[in-house]
Amino acid sequence: MLDTRASIIAFTYIVASVLLILGLRRLSSPATARSGNMLAGIGVFMALAVTLLDRHIVSYWEIAVGIVIGGAIGIVSARRVQMTAMPQMVGLLNGLGGGTAALVSVSEYLRLSQSAHVGAGEGASVVLGTTIGAVSFMGSVVAFAKLQELMSGKPFQFPLQRVVNALLLLAIIVLGLMVVAGPGTSSTVWIIFAIALVLGTLLVLPIGGGDMPVVISTLNALTGCAAAFTGLVLHNQMLVVAGILVGASGSLLTILMGRAMNRSLGNVMFGAFGAGDAAAVVTAGGIPKTVRQTTAEDTAIALAYARKVIIVPGYGLAVAEGQHAVRELAQELERRGVDVKFAIHPVAGRMPGHMNVLLAEANIPYDQLVEMEQVNGDFDSTDVALVVGANDVVNPAAREDPASPIYGMPILDVDKARNVVVLKRSMGHGFAGIDNALFYRDRTRMLFGDAKKSLSALAEALKSV
Amino acid sequence: MTETLVLAIYVIILAIFVGYEVISRVPSILHTPLMSATNAIHGIVLLGAMIVLGSADTHLLHVLGFIGVVLGAANVFGGFVVTDRMLEMFRKHPTVKKP
Repeated sequence: MLDTRASIIAFTYIVASVLLILGLRRLSSPATARSGNMLAGIGVFMALAVTLLDRHIVSYWEIAVGIVIGGAIGIVSARRVQMTAMPQMVGLLNGLGGGTAALVSVSEYLRLSQSAHVGAGEGASVVLGTTIGAVSFMGSVVAFAKLQELMSGKPFQFPLQRVVNALLLLAIIVLGLMVVAGPGTSSTVWIIFAIALVLGTLLVLPIGGGDMPVVISTLNALTGCAAAFTGLVLHNQMLVVAGILVGASGSLLTILMGRAMNRSLGNVMFGAFGAGDAAAVVTAGGIPKTVRQTTAEDTAIALAYARKVIIVPGYGLAVAEGQHAVRELAQELERRGVDVKFAIHPVAGRMPGHMNVLLAEANIPYDQLVEMEQVNGDFDSTDVALVVGANDVVNPAAREDPASPIYGMPILDVDKARNVVVLKRSMGHGFAGIDNALFYRDRTRMLFGDAKKSLSALAEALKSV
Repeated sequence: MTETLVLAIYVIILAIFVGYEVISRVPSILHTPLMSATNAIHGIVLLGAMIVLGSADTHLLHVLGFIGVVLGAANVFGGFVVTDRMLEMFRKHPTVKKP
């Protein structure tokens, strides 16, 4: 029988688990999403509060100090972070969770091995929690560094990479079996922790920045699993349930994202997008290709006399923080009776939904945002397609060139519009690091410059047309 | 095979199905907020760090537990605030009026 304290804890955990599930469900619809996040938050905080009743906990002040410090760091950075930097923020926070799971696993092993022999089940959970947590921690830190441009977003490869990774994994498995079967000691667990940190780094380093959303989603699911393993070690059902919920929903999310990019997870993790093959495509052309430049004034005229305009936002819009400028332009066009839609590619920007979040910030009504499947048939009848800082998601090579590394990825068929205007900083490559055939088409005009400045110039020019 | 282990496997399998089913109809515009929300939820691992720190009896465990609590707290608080900031923008807006 459970004593009173344990019963209160167990009952609260059940309520909290239900709140998490209801929260996730409400998060599946735009109208209820915010309340869903709130419900899940209440669930988590109930579980955290009631855990203080746990009779293993004898000292409280350190916990209080730790929570105040960590909570303050979390809240302040979460409030200050720019909307454009959300993807790396989520990545970083995810890494912290992974780090926590690894530390908890190691600590539990140290504590358990002080007094008694550690059982096989607990040993296995410790090994898995430590490994997955540490991989997720370093993987997320590298993903953060790439997205924050602290290091190059380009794939980084070295010889025998896969062999090295395989050997590291093998070492973890051997050491892990030692921990499970008996002869392992706390130093074995520490070595596993260290190897897993290296493995996490090496796994993410070779992945190009364009695949980071899938990577972060994968690591997010992994952290969930790591948390669940710490729950198994601690015999804590709450951790198991919450961890597995995140592991399962995170895996599904990863699959959905991968499907949108037409890339399998194995392809992302081991393919080193844009590293080898891509270089060949860029240089293969041989013939010098020309692009046609245009001016804001010319583009404004084309827009003013269009019946239907589709705006395709991409990462360049986020970088330039041009979301308000693009709204002004869209409003100006609507005032003139032009039909304006925003075409949202599922992986435009650096995360699925990135563009929706950004455009919503600028108060662009979400019924004006059209997803790829619905909008692709419309390009035929579109007078002007305005591509704002998007690149790979509008590259017709994905449809036409079987040699392209992005061949098969679903794209927005912008090239079918009567006129295409591409707002772009320079002729630089997109995140996949490959050339874009769209820029050289006869119907395409390039408007070079910072997206925000170009958009403002367009809106300005439009007023005087 | 202990009874606890069997129960744990039960819970895990059911939770996998729930986690999968409950978000399977999510529209893609909510993918990023959803990832962010699940990220905040796994911050619940803070709970484990609290138990480690609260029951620590060696110097090393104090240090590890404390770092764990700080990281976990940053994950869970930061995670929910970031998600809320994203979702704040999904209010229903009146459509821009046409002339």
